[in-house]
Amino acid sequence: MNAGRPEPVQVVKMRRDAALHALVDGIPYMRFLGVQFDRRGDELTGVMSYKESLIGNPVLPALHGGATAAFLEVTAVITLSWAYLWEDIESGAVDPDTITEKRPRMPKTVDFTVDYLRSGLPRDAYARARVIRSGRRYASVHVEGWQDNRDRLFAQATGHFVMPRSPVTT
Amino acid sequence: MLWARSRDEVIMAADDPTDSPKVRIARQFIGAIPHANALGLELVDVGDGTATIRMPYCKDLVGEPTTGVIAGGAVSAMMDTCCGAAVIAHPENPGVTATIDLRIDYMRAATPGQAITTRATCYHITRSVAFVRAEAWDEDVERPVASATGAFTVQAEP
Repeated sequence: MNAGRPEPVQVVKMRRDAALHALVDGIPYMRFLGVQFDRRGDELTGVMSYKESLIGNPVLPALHGGATAAFLEVTAVITLSWAYLWEDIESGAVDPDTITEKRPRMPKTVDFTVDYLRSGLPRDAYARARVIRSGRRYASVHVEGWQDNRDRLFAQATGHFVMPRSPVTT
Repeated sequence: MLWARSRDEVIMAADDPTDSPKVRIARQFIGAIPHANALGLELVDVGDGTATIRMPYCKDLVGEPTTGVIAGGAVSAMMDTCCGAAVIAHPENPGVTATIDLRIDYMRAATPGQAITTRATCYHITRSVAFVRAEAWDEDVERPVASATGAFTVQAEP
């Protein structure tokens, strides 16, 4: 970014949103789960819109614990990638127009531990991840999932990830 | 995930007469779970406190479009289902279980195009908690794709 006039806000938004869409939309499993991301500045919130195929217990009914785990994990991976790519998106080193052909390498999950705090209700779920530590090779990420009430988490998770060697695939 | 064992399921018609009643019942449980169906999960076998589940390769579950590798989340969901089934299949379990916590270790990417199979064992059960571990493989059974350990609730049917 040069030190002159700041970029028009719509240009900044377009670039960031294009990069985020390119990162998320190309992944078939994201469509399978129905997970999308809301962005406010650099902060991401994962949204898993309710659908019947996410149910694990049709009697209660409740979300499948596996769907919850998967939702928290994809939120952790995308948030970590996003934090990692942020500088390159801002500087223009990552071009949103070519990101789908030259996909940035994603961090690899080493382990992921989920705490189930209450059963997931048949409605939309939200998740926000915090990168606790991100070094050159490893990262530790904490994720919180909630539904109606931000203070009443239905699940939380911690994961460890191996970082890709270079932000941009060559 | 949450599991409820319904006595009504027992009287449902069997699809394969060569399977044991336990396998038939467990297969019907899996078949009644919408998310398990969406993942394409197939029950392979179930014993006293053990379960084996197979997930055929499916393009919808790909997490890395450039390589075609299945998403870790799909493997997690499969392992959670299999662990829950192993708890339900334990002879001392009175009927209902839910995951308290589950840890998954990802050892390597599953080979694209190959099915993933998980075997879970409920190795200890108390009046309130069941302890489970599981491993998952693709066609290379020498090198596991992932392993899991979890704690599950033990409750009588509501």
